[in-house]
Amino acid sequence: MMEHLAVNLIGVAFAIASLVLLSLGLAIVYGMMRVINLAQGEFMMLGAYTVILSSTYGLGLWAGIALAPVVVGAIGLIVERCIIRFLYRRLLDTMLATWGLSIGLIAAVSLILGPTTEGVATPLGHFAVGSYEVATYNVFVIAAAAACVVMTWCLFNFTKFGLVARGTMQNADMVAALGIHPPTIYMMTFGFGSALAGLAGAIMAPLTGVVPTLGLAFIAKAFITVTAGGAAIFVGTLGAATLLGAIDSAVAFVSTPIYGQVAMLACALVLLRIAPQGISGLWHRRG
Amino acid sequence: MLISRRDAIRGSVAAGVGIAASTLVGRQAAAENDTPVGSILDATGAINIYGLPMIDATRFAVDSINEGGGVLGRKLRLIESDGQSNNQVYAQNALKLILDDKVAALMGGITSASREAVRPVVDKYSALYFYNEQYEGGVCDKLVFCTGVTPAQQLGVLVPWAAKQYGKKVYTLAADYNYGHISADWVKVYLKQAGGELAGEEFIPLDVVNFDSVIQRLQATKPDVVMSLLVGGNHIAFYRQFAAAGLKGKMQIVSATFGLGNEQVVLKPEEAEGIVVIYPYFQELDNPANKKWVAAWHKRYGEKYTYITDSACTVWNGWHLWAMAVNKAKSLDRGKVIAALESGLTFDSPEGTIKLDPKSHHVVHSVHLAKVNDKNGFTIMQSVANIEPADTMKVCDLVAHPNQHKQYTPKF
Amino acid sequence: MAPARVSRIELAIWGAAVIAVACLPLLVSTYSVVQITVFLIFCVLAVSLDLAWGLAGLLSFGQAAFFGIGGYAYAIAGINDVTTLGSLVAAVAAGGIVSGGLGYVAFYGRVSTMFLAVMTLTVTLILLQVMGSTADPSYRIGEAVLGGYNGMTNIPSLGLDVPLFEPVTLGPEGFFWMVGGLLIGIVILGRLLMAAPFGRVLAAIRENEQRAEQLGYDARWRKLAIFSLSGAVAGLAGALFASWGSFINPEVFSLSQSAQVVIWVLVGGRGSLYGAVLGALLVQALTQYLGSMGTAYTTLALGALLVNFVLLLREGLLPAIFRLVSRSASG
Repeated sequence: MMEHLAVNLIGVAFAIASLVLLSLGLAIVYGMMRVINLAQGEFMMLGAYTVILSSTYGLGLWAGIALAPVVVGAIGLIVERCIIRFLYRRLLDTMLATWGLSIGLIAAVSLILGPTTEGVATPLGHFAVGSYEVATYNVFVIAAAAACVVMTWCLFNFTKFGLVARGTMQNADMVAALGIHPPTIYMMTFGFGSALAGLAGAIMAPLTGVVPTLGLAFIAKAFITVTAGGAAIFVGTLGAATLLGAIDSAVAFVSTPIYGQVAMLACALVLLRIAPQGISGLWHRRG
Repeated sequence: MLISRRDAIRGSVAAGVGIAASTLVGRQAAAENDTPVGSILDATGAINIYGLPMIDATRFAVDSINEGGGVLGRKLRLIESDGQSNNQVYAQNALKLILDDKVAALMGGITSASREAVRPVVDKYSALYFYNEQYEGGVCDKLVFCTGVTPAQQLGVLVPWAAKQYGKKVYTLAADYNYGHISADWVKVYLKQAGGELAGEEFIPLDVVNFDSVIQRLQATKPDVVMSLLVGGNHIAFYRQFAAAGLKGKMQIVSATFGLGNEQVVLKPEEAEGIVVIYPYFQELDNPANKKWVAAWHKRYGEKYTYITDSACTVWNGWHLWAMAVNKAKSLDRGKVIAALESGLTFDSPEGTIKLDPKSHHVVHSVHLAKVNDKNGFTIMQSVANIEPADTMKVCDLVAHPNQHKQYTPKF
Repeated sequence: MAPARVSRIELAIWGAAVIAVACLPLLVSTYSVVQITVFLIFCVLAVSLDLAWGLAGLLSFGQAAFFGIGGYAYAIAGINDVTTLGSLVAAVAAGGIVSGGLGYVAFYGRVSTMFLAVMTLTVTLILLQVMGSTADPSYRIGEAVLGGYNGMTNIPSLGLDVPLFEPVTLGPEGFFWMVGGLLIGIVILGRLLMAAPFGRVLAAIRENEQRAEQLGYDARWRKLAIFSLSGAVAGLAGALFASWGSFINPEVFSLSQSAQVVIWVLVGGRGSLYGAVLGALLVQALTQYLGSMGTAYTTLALGALLVNFVLLLREGLLPAIFRLVSRSASG
């Protein structure tokens, strides 16, 4: 009985951790820049492919995971310069443009790398909890998600960049008056958000079959989590991920993964109706 | 750096004119004196793991028929379409091939979903259609011929065998669409007949790649046999995760779908070895017709060809059955060809001799149980000859009741 | 935006359209007629989005949801032996009721446009999951098996079954005339609506809702009305689509279907209804042409199209063409 509970708890923590990993990048970009990047899923897909390519060309899985944020972060910078830069304050237009980018990226990867499923083996084997076997990699994912959150939090609260970034978020004109160029900050923030997405995709790669349409499964969940979470990056995203992740895995365990998804989506809908600003709105009581 | 709006408009108009012009230019000149035939299969998208060998088999079959003099003395002109793993595309392509290219016969479709998107078009505009792939059985349509195996021919043999060989407790994992559901129902029927017990049944959507909870439930239930009816590229992850969890020694996987997409090549031997499957055709089959066929295939497509799947042989069968019928009917008239197809044709296929059953429009196959070996192939263990598609034959008699265009679904 | 008053040129355009639709089947092959019919069905869908987005500024990412609901409603009714015209009415009603329900929650709750977009997208995703999970044969409504990903097949084609008369099945030409006629009718009605007081107030709400309300107009029921109308028209398109192919499956709820509707209206230009038709026709033709080369090329082109239009030609083709024409006319 105890071991069953322990295994279930690990499962729930895993579901929450996955959501956090997938949503953190999107939340940062949305919270800081009010940009909803619908191509975030495809950035994750690119991160996953980095791992695949790194494996194929002999560099190994872990090198791939380390490389992914760098590669995808660079791609994010390019996207910001070429597309996003022109669309600040036009929320719906950024959604549309990044939607176009998303389907374009899927097509491009299909053409270049092929549309068939690739995969790498899940490393680290498994360990026993009583008479159950749990994949060690799942625990790694939980740890990685926690590490990302902590690192990002430290970055925003203890570094100069973080200070400037938070200032830009609150009052861009003031920051400009102080001699810092807001567009540069936006560019770096977007790059950081993209790098996080790449890392998330790379970490998830050994657990799934990597196809060009990988991002589509992730983006829906990430999008819902971020919108339900609202503009406050940490409180909102963590809160939403916990709530939605718990519901998803609870319902999925009782019935099927499909109803888990439906429950999660329905819950997000209800949450948004009650609190249009998301969980952040409830927290800060701005209504 | 930004294009001015005027230039953008000019560009769009120019592009529009260009596209229109090229569509007119691109119209193929049809050669007189040849017979157009159509094929729709998935060359791209998630289903192309099944589609690519089938496309190769299609081209090989049409060329071989042409080398033998063609049909009624005229060569066949193959018009191919890519279904792109998209059922909408299947329907549109079927429309074009039937109405625009006016093909004498249409062959294609891989998933049951794609077949059901094509069938209404075939019925609406009265065309002849061959579905050359295993499926859940039950299609009863005067215009349609299904040459693949049905549950009676696969599960009807596999389930009793597995229960006897490994143990009576079976856990079913099936893809969550019609094929998976109906096949799982048949597993229950055959299991009951064999005196076995269903320990559990789960349906996995086609896009799921995380089998964590599934593996947990398997460990809790401890079945003797895991019956896999998983489909598509994403489900390959199950076999990987199953092996990673160390379950390979503890329960035996048997499957009616593993291998059709060359999963045994994608997975490593330590992940796939020992999985038991059942099909009418394996590349390793030791009969003279197959030896010749494999040699000819390798000559055409190279010695290093991944693996000739059962679906490829089914496609080969379909084309040759049709050609035989046309030559027997001495006409391309649809009614006469159907009558010829219903005359009890037999064909010497690489899988052995097969017979096209007149009443159900399905094929009688001999099947073989085989195990995945360490050479990315299969080792054949046991054979059962001439199994009828009893599930469909029971409900479908197109000779006595010809005016049917439906798929029967079993009510249990 | 097209002018708010219905001009004489427009009446001429309507007349020309009627003649074109009447004559087309006599001039081209059956295959082309069938092909163009489905293009026109998607034009109806594009117009439905434009009614909400162009007229009232309500961006719905989930027009595909109402389209699919209409299609399934038609299929379920039709397979259960309801007359095909009755099934059509059922589809329209289904689209209207669901969009009405969503609209009520959104507009009377005074939520933002962003929320509406998210909500409609979420509903579409939910429908995709739910309809995709109905694979088991036990999921049926009356005689109609829902079919999961296989979808529903053997859907009766639209016929003219008026009570007391012999039912007449529509062949490809007849069906084309019906669809063409419905499209023209909807565009005309939409334009008349725009020119009427109701349409003018909607335009005011679109431009500045607060000011419109301060002038005494209740924005909520008006937005609800146009949103329900938009859903009903999408439902009609769905029914026509199900009848056209005698087939429907959960792919109508896919993200890509939702995206395409938005792309059509964006490319063609919103607010005039004609732009939606133009955009739908052009992008469909492009998709068709590229589709023969492979889906990857099609989606690549669609993606590039979307990005470029948002960046460069935000109002779409039709307004830009108008401007070009009027600029060169004025010298």
